[in-house]
Amino acid sequence: MAKPKLALYWAASCGGCEIAVLDTELEILKIADFFDIVFWPCAMDFKYDDVRALADGEITLTLFNGAIRSSENYEIAKLLRQKSVVLCAFGSCASDGCIPGLANLTTLEAIQRYVYEDSPSTVNLEKIRPQTEWTVPAGTLRLPRLWNTVRTLPQVVDVDYIIPGCPPQPDRIKEVVAAVMDILKNDKPLPPKGTVLGADVRACCEECPRKRDVKKLKKFVRPHEIVQDPEICLLEQGMVCMGPATRAGCGAKCVQAGVPCRGCYGPPANVRDQGAKMASAIAGVIDSDDPAEVQALIDSIPDSVGTFYRFTLPSSTLRRRQP
Amino acid sequence: MSPRSITIDPITRLEGHGKIHLFVDDDGNLADCYFQVPELRGFEVFCKGRPVEEMPRITTRICGVCPEAHHMAAVKAADAVYGVTPPPAALKLRELLYNGFYAGDHTTHFYALGGPDFVVGPDAPKAERNILGVVRKVGLELGAEVIKQRARGQRVVQIIGGKALHPVTALPGGMSKRVTKEEQRELVRIGEEMVEFAKTTIKVFDDVVLKDPATVDLILSDTYCHRTYSIGLVDAAGKVNFYDGTVRVVDPDGNELCRYRPEQYLEHIAEAVLPYSYLKYPYLKKVGWKGLVDGTDSGVYRATPLSRLNVSDGMATPLAQAEYERLFETLTGDRSGRKPVHATLAIHWARVVELVFACESVAAQARDEEITSDRIHTPPTSIVGEGVGIVEAPRGLLTHHYKTDEKGFVKEANLIVGTTNNNAAISMSIKKVAEGLVRRGADVTDGVLNRIEMAFRAYDPCFGCATHALPGQMPMEIVIRGLDGSVRETVRRFC
Amino acid sequence: MSFEPKLVGFLCNWCSYTGADLAGTARMKYPPNLRVIRVMCSGRVDPNFVLEALARGADGVLVLGCHPGDCHYSEGNYKCQRRVPLTKKLAEQMGIDPRRIRLEWVSASEGARFTQVVTEFTEQVRALGPLHLADWTFDSTSADAQLAHESR
Repeated sequence: MAKPKLALYWAASCGGCEIAVLDTELEILKIADFFDIVFWPCAMDFKYDDVRALADGEITLTLFNGAIRSSENYEIAKLLRQKSVVLCAFGSCASDGCIPGLANLTTLEAIQRYVYEDSPSTVNLEKIRPQTEWTVPAGTLRLPRLWNTVRTLPQVVDVDYIIPGCPPQPDRIKEVVAAVMDILKNDKPLPPKGTVLGADVRACCEECPRKRDVKKLKKFVRPHEIVQDPEICLLEQGMVCMGPATRAGCGAKCVQAGVPCRGCYGPPANVRDQGAKMASAIAGVIDSDDPAEVQALIDSIPDSVGTFYRFTLPSSTLRRRQP
Repeated sequence: MSPRSITIDPITRLEGHGKIHLFVDDDGNLADCYFQVPELRGFEVFCKGRPVEEMPRITTRICGVCPEAHHMAAVKAADAVYGVTPPPAALKLRELLYNGFYAGDHTTHFYALGGPDFVVGPDAPKAERNILGVVRKVGLELGAEVIKQRARGQRVVQIIGGKALHPVTALPGGMSKRVTKEEQRELVRIGEEMVEFAKTTIKVFDDVVLKDPATVDLILSDTYCHRTYSIGLVDAAGKVNFYDGTVRVVDPDGNELCRYRPEQYLEHIAEAVLPYSYLKYPYLKKVGWKGLVDGTDSGVYRATPLSRLNVSDGMATPLAQAEYERLFETLTGDRSGRKPVHATLAIHWARVVELVFACESVAAQARDEEITSDRIHTPPTSIVGEGVGIVEAPRGLLTHHYKTDEKGFVKEANLIVGTTNNNAAISMSIKKVAEGLVRRGADVTDGVLNRIEMAFRAYDPCFGCATHALPGQMPMEIVIRGLDGSVRETVRRFC
Repeated sequence: MSFEPKLVGFLCNWCSYTGADLAGTARMKYPPNLRVIRVMCSGRVDPNFVLEALARGADGVLVLGCHPGDCHYSEGNYKCQRRVPLTKKLAEQMGIDPRRIRLEWVSASEGARFTQVVTEFTEQVRALGPLHLADWTFDSTSADAQLAHESR
């Protein structure tokens, strides 16, 4: 009997999701045993043409990580959608935009101008910019066009499931893969389309072991400004911790290591905009009814937009900064 | 009549995106060859406005394979921005984390990425060119050992860094998490196991690479050789150090060109732009940009494990030093290492030497009682507003340069990232191999294309992946044992 | 022809909505641009309501509640008093003029005040011009055309 086909691909990403898959250690052998991996550029030598040669729907499952910020990212997203029965947005870049999504706070022109002209180590007197088409004596070279706005995978193609996290933690990946293999082996029904896999529905605070009490803040502090108490909730100690507005599933590793959550698992269930929800939470803990004092406290939040939307800017309500 | 065009797209078995474009003329000879990087994310610009203490958590997302490198370079730059010196225990923790990471990362590359081309041979069928092919040649136990070694490295990072992917505990002024006595015991045990693994790897390299004359010929061949400058970090004794030191540059003959402290990097390094790639080309300012050529008159330099060995006076731990001497004795006739090695494929050997050093370092540093101290963070009390942090990433020198406002929010960020250093050298290596293999009368087979990609893989461009998970039908049984030796799982394939 | 701003208003049931009703029954004149959404309390206004309104075509958002101390639920408007400024801050950081979001207190008897606030706000947003969110929609047609061009 033919093995189901599996593909793993990375768009605008860092490779961390690939490493997370490897960090499942034993599970990866079961994966290799169960599936016929037909495309995985980081690990195997199949090229884009090999994918194009497959029939539509020939790939049973594709785990697609990385945000969409170039025509090549988009092209391969469409290609894999076409060739796959089930397409998963794997990891925070694909589901919400993640760190590459912070580019939506600036513009492509600003990025290129700094990288190719203004950076202190760049020497480029002719102001050369990389071109999408460049003719050399032997022929023409092409580069994909970069997009001004970073998009998530669901924004550009139809996606079946989301597996959040930066990266999805290896334990969660093991659970999801085991569930997938169970479904395929025993012909069980798939979960409803759009289901978030490998994560909880509640907020990260539920996983956090720190002691929680009433939160009333008169001051915000940055993680390096104090020596934190390892037992007490970080938000109570004045740090902006994204836990209240972040989906559980990661095991709250960061807060246990002494630094505040930054929201990499995206918003909890039924929350559409993680940053707005965090604003609501922070507004709830500010201890003042005086408008001037409230405004001063708000202004003292260190980098509210870059903290509340660190991982979810492209999928947020406003999606990008206005130029 | 326009020449034929072959594109290798995407390049595989490494991190990130790249493509190689071969133009073949009517006679069947290579007309030209270009290496292109088709991605740009813009970290330097979108980090503006971010608090500088967040940079160690944001820049880890430049690379999920070596997030530790960015975590360390970023926190060192942030330390400099605040003019704060972390307590000794914090620095020891950072260095131990970093060596633990190296011990896992170099393993992954050697066994699963670069290794297969070496061990099973460059022309082996696609299905063999992976860790399974390596395992078939050297024994089943090895696959399990490689997985365990990777797990060890990740465990060190998790204990000290909070999370294996991406670590979070480095703060300006120190670390946010202390190590308990129990965790230290685990680290000591991990260190001992790592040293055993290092010895195994030396033997593997010996048996399957050095004792095979064809492979040695390949390493020494001119096709895979470029005489370039070398760059690397050296400690006060002139030995290789991944976490800290002075940057040293030597010319193709081994003479020192310059050395600099991080804050001086702009006096020595500049970056060129070409219109067909999104990645820039760093070069040595003193020598100048002459294009994609090597030699003493070209500012092109390489930043690889081999470069680090070339610029250093040796390794700081005994087994690694012995292997260092063996490498230079074999390839230059001079065990002191005074003469640099320029064979690109010898980078794999240098990586083994560094792996041994990393493992020995973990074993030694884990025993230091000070790592369990609770004095691990000195909160900054004032600010300088600018800082440069440099570490050695496995793929090359990594530079983070930040300017901040008086509150410590980033105003400007300039990053020169590991593999970027090697962009020119990689382009040249690919082209040279292509010129040698794509010629009239020769078929451009899959093996030929793979040999061209091998020129790229030697640099370990940021990703070593897959200890397994590859096509290959073979009867196989793997018994997986946990770190305590008990059998966790047995996986069999009979078809 | 002058631009007619599309405005969304979140009005609390007990004070400001009643105040608006009063303006209506008293036949007070004010610009017709405000689309009113009644909530039980200004404390109900989630920051995302404001952002969503802007994302879906509103040029400005008005939030009206009871005067501090008079909230029907005691503290709801104090929460609102913290939420709206923070929402304005986020909007500003996202390149949207924070004057497009406004919080005012209007009591049940302040029909005239309601009229005045709406008139002022309408003119303010009119002066700011339409809020066309650049690059918000993913244009698949143009992305596909780009791909077709690149693969020729």
